[in-house]
Amino acid sequence: MTPNRALTPSLVFASSLAVFAACLLGSTQMPIDRVLIALFGGGEMGDRIVVWQIRLPRALAAFATGAALGISGAALQGLLRNPLAEPGVLGVSASASLFATFSLYYGLVALSPWVLPIAAMLGALAATTLIALAAIKTRSVVTLILVGVGISAFAGAAMSLLMNLAPTPFTLSDMINWMLGSVANRSFRELGFAAPFILAGGAILLASRRGLSALTLGEEAASGIGLNLRNQRILTVLGAGIATGGSVALAGAIGFVGIVAPHVVRPFVNHDPARSLIPSALLAGLILVLADIGVRILPTVNELKLGVVAALIGAPAFVWIAMGRRAIHD
Amino acid sequence: MTELVAEKLSVHAGQTALVTEADFRVGAGEFVALIGPNGAGKTSLLRASLGLEKASGGLASIDGDNSAELAPMERARRVAYLPQQRPLAWPNTVRDVVALGRFAYGAAPERLGNHDADAVERAMMKCGLENLASRQTDTLSGGELARVHFARALASEAGLLVADEPVAALDPRHQFRIMNIIQQYVAAGGGALVVLHDMSLAARYASRMIWMKDTRIIADGLVEDTLTAERMADVFGVRAKVDGRAVEIEGAA
Repeated sequence: MTPNRALTPSLVFASSLAVFAACLLGSTQMPIDRVLIALFGGGEMGDRIVVWQIRLPRALAAFATGAALGISGAALQGLLRNPLAEPGVLGVSASASLFATFSLYYGLVALSPWVLPIAAMLGALAATTLIALAAIKTRSVVTLILVGVGISAFAGAAMSLLMNLAPTPFTLSDMINWMLGSVANRSFRELGFAAPFILAGGAILLASRRGLSALTLGEEAASGIGLNLRNQRILTVLGAGIATGGSVALAGAIGFVGIVAPHVVRPFVNHDPARSLIPSALLAGLILVLADIGVRILPTVNELKLGVVAALIGAPAFVWIAMGRRAIHD
Repeated sequence: MTELVAEKLSVHAGQTALVTEADFRVGAGEFVALIGPNGAGKTSLLRASLGLEKASGGLASIDGDNSAELAPMERARRVAYLPQQRPLAWPNTVRDVVALGRFAYGAAPERLGNHDADAVERAMMKCGLENLASRQTDTLSGGELARVHFARALASEAGLLVADEPVAALDPRHQFRIMNIIQQYVAAGGGALVVLHDMSLAARYASRMIWMKDTRIIADGLVEDTLTAERMADVFGVRAKVDGRAVEIEGAA
């Protein structure tokens, strides 16, 4: 199979199209010409508000969340040499949303709008660091995944504890929002506070992606060909932690998209982890934009949460990928 | 040309000694076989001499520079290291894996300069991989995969090759093929330090043998001088018939 050079451009095109479609579809039907005019700042006030303050920020939030999870998933898979590694599975998202919930619970968010993304990022970094420490001690990738499952379970338990102690139904529903994951009612303001983290994390991952190719050979041989293993671990963990933290601050915990996107992308990039980062980010963003459109137009009593839909699609895919793996990778 | 030197090199894991005060020197044009039973400390000696594992005492140097202080990329440009084979994490193409041999020059599989691409092609030719270049590595046999790893080592154009059991688990034809690749590399001016368990193969190809037993180097010299029936009994605990470079193992001593 030859590397598909059209992959990244077509994903960019498809993503833009999906974001545009997200502006088009919704409870108020708007024809294409009115959306286009509103996008360029013309047309009626009402149209501009629907497009610029409701639909566009929401679609971009979905895309940014997906992109952060996709690139983090692809990078963690490269680092741990396992297609099942992902912020959700490894407990990174859960830990980030625990920290975020914690800051909400104690009202720390009132101090500064930066508190929430920073708390989420710290939670994500705590989990990724734990996993990276475990990675130094053990060579078995299965053990690492199990450590992640443990972190995930612990974060879930702590979250249940917070819910259990929630003083008012209002805080309770706020927490549930974080656990389930959603981009409903996101504005450019919230996007602006999460974007620096997503961009910084993504930049770190892109800058250090060459080492992920080297790790294909295994850690021993990778250091043999000149990889600084310690630095690579630190950079990947840091980048994935920061980007995932940003995504959780924006949308709460959304699982599995970080597994599905790289899995689909890999055959198109000759299974090179370094080359899979950008297409994985684009595809994961695209998936979440589409899933969010689905969430919005499905005629359900309560609007479905994006994270619920992502998990309903992603979890079976996870099982599918896990069952298709050969036993040689211990 | 590259020279790898160890002086009184020791390695410990906790309280246990893995290598005790090892001295050796490997340079250009030499094919050195590192011989010894399992657990003698061969792999630790290789790793510590390259600075990949922390030495607890002594000094290792590559071209006069302390191995432990060399930047990983700089070391990789001087010495190509082939650890015991592990499965590849992803089913990359053969050419992409060989291209990883250029990692220390800042190249990546999708981004090879002219010189990098030439080195990759030459290495694949030397290892007879021209027709397999676009194959995915998970479709290769063990022997083919071993050649892929050698090709990536040769692609680095390093002056010294250090290989840990490169022919383990290969059939005789592939064993000879790999040994021939190393021999050509040495004939072209490279130096090779290779861990071998197959004594007849080692005796046939090596110019020198370093013998290890119980964490220590107990002999270092020409094959004709160091390969004796007594040493085979002492190091491996086997009865062997030795005649010049021919060795035949008859059973446990």
